[in-house]
Amino acid sequence: MGIFPFLVVAWVVVAGLYGIITSRDLIHQIVCLIVVQSSTYVLLLGVGYVTGGAAPYFFDIPLHTKAVDPVVQALALTDVVVEAAVTALLLSFAIQAQKRFGTLDPAELAEFKG
Amino acid sequence: MTPRQRLWFFAVAAAGLVACYLWAFAGLPGFGGYPGPYGQEILRVAVQQTNATGVVSAINFEYRGFDTVGEEFILFAAAAGMSVVLRKLREERETEPADEAESRTVPPSSSAVRVAALLMVGPTAVLGWWLASHAQASPSGGFQGGVILASAFLLIYLAGEFLSFRRLSPDALLDAVEAVGAGGFVAIGLAAIAMNLPYLDNYLPLGTIPGAVSSSGTIALISFFVGIEVAAAFVLIVGELLGQTLLRSA
Amino acid sequence: MIPAGLMNTLQITVLVLVAAGATVVVRTRTRVHQVLALSVYGMLLAILFLVFQAPDVTLSELTVGAIALPIILLLAIAKVSKPDRKRER
Repeated sequence: MGIFPFLVVAWVVVAGLYGIITSRDLIHQIVCLIVVQSSTYVLLLGVGYVTGGAAPYFFDIPLHTKAVDPVVQALALTDVVVEAAVTALLLSFAIQAQKRFGTLDPAELAEFKG
Repeated sequence: MTPRQRLWFFAVAAAGLVACYLWAFAGLPGFGGYPGPYGQEILRVAVQQTNATGVVSAINFEYRGFDTVGEEFILFAAAAGMSVVLRKLREERETEPADEAESRTVPPSSSAVRVAALLMVGPTAVLGWWLASHAQASPSGGFQGGVILASAFLLIYLAGEFLSFRRLSPDALLDAVEAVGAGGFVAIGLAAIAMNLPYLDNYLPLGTIPGAVSSSGTIALISFFVGIEVAAAFVLIVGELLGQTLLRSA
Repeated sequence: MIPAGLMNTLQITVLVLVAAGATVVVRTRTRVHQVLALSVYGMLLAILFLVFQAPDVTLSELTVGAIALPIILLLAIAKVSKPDRKRER
């Protein structure tokens, strides 16, 4: 159990990159980018985990119970919401590309300039 | 470069990436063996210092509040950028929503969906508002509350038509709410400077009971502002994408 | 409190499911199918975050990854897949 979550992180990154490289559709590439980004959340939470620790909310458990690291949770939290907005911006670029060039194939889009 | 060549190149590069990852993970203390010290220190002092039992929100809006200002503005910029990128091009004209209705071949949505969505609008909005204002107590916070509040508007679109969604979320109101949310966060920090305190210092009364709604000073206020800003940004984003369906090239 | 052994098994199971989910999302080529797979993947991630004792991140991932992102993606797909009526005439 010592290194297994980090192996999963590496697998998700490689899978997402494979999807981006072998993609023939801009929307498919954007979704694969989402997958790559989700691996960073798993990595953050995996680094901060304490075995036997509770969630860092002391509303109903006594203070100074052993808890997991709250800092990485704060980072991952804002990360998740911001990712959605950035994806929306990427999608708007894809929409305009479709309007202007009529295609969403990255191989064909690479030939257009400007 | 043919696809097969590209795939072989990727295989070599991915092998190198995985090797670097394994080398890095070998230096980590293993899953579950978090060594501290930053996290443990914050857990020790957070509740006494801020009277907030939700330590993650206390970190987001107090200890690392400056980072959250930046993240909120990423959201703000993405919504603004979408409005710019999806502007009406020279060769497009906007059709009226009513024009498209007569020649529709799409079947209307079922009544079950519409009734269920309509019934859920109120509770969803209340839930989002509750989450945005209780950041200091339990697992909630401005970001999640804002997204749920935005989804209440999306439920209106599912329950009715595009017209009702448009009428209930006018662009001017959304822009104003988003600006108030983003600007309010910055203004709270600047008010601290006006009182000769560091930027984003917690100067409001901290309350007596840890975890009560009125405790933890500026954390609750900031979380509320972040909530309405995130909600407005998401409704703007969805409104932009929905408005795209009305554009036709001339 | 959940005993440590059970927690470990739960975590390993969900991690394996997440890895499988990522593979499925990447390998789906049809646009709408991929969005549905992404929604399921978002829910699996939310369960993983819950098992990692992070309820705040669970809430965020559930609302964003399983609901808001698929909605935004479906709207964009509807826009780019719509045949332009003017050109068809």
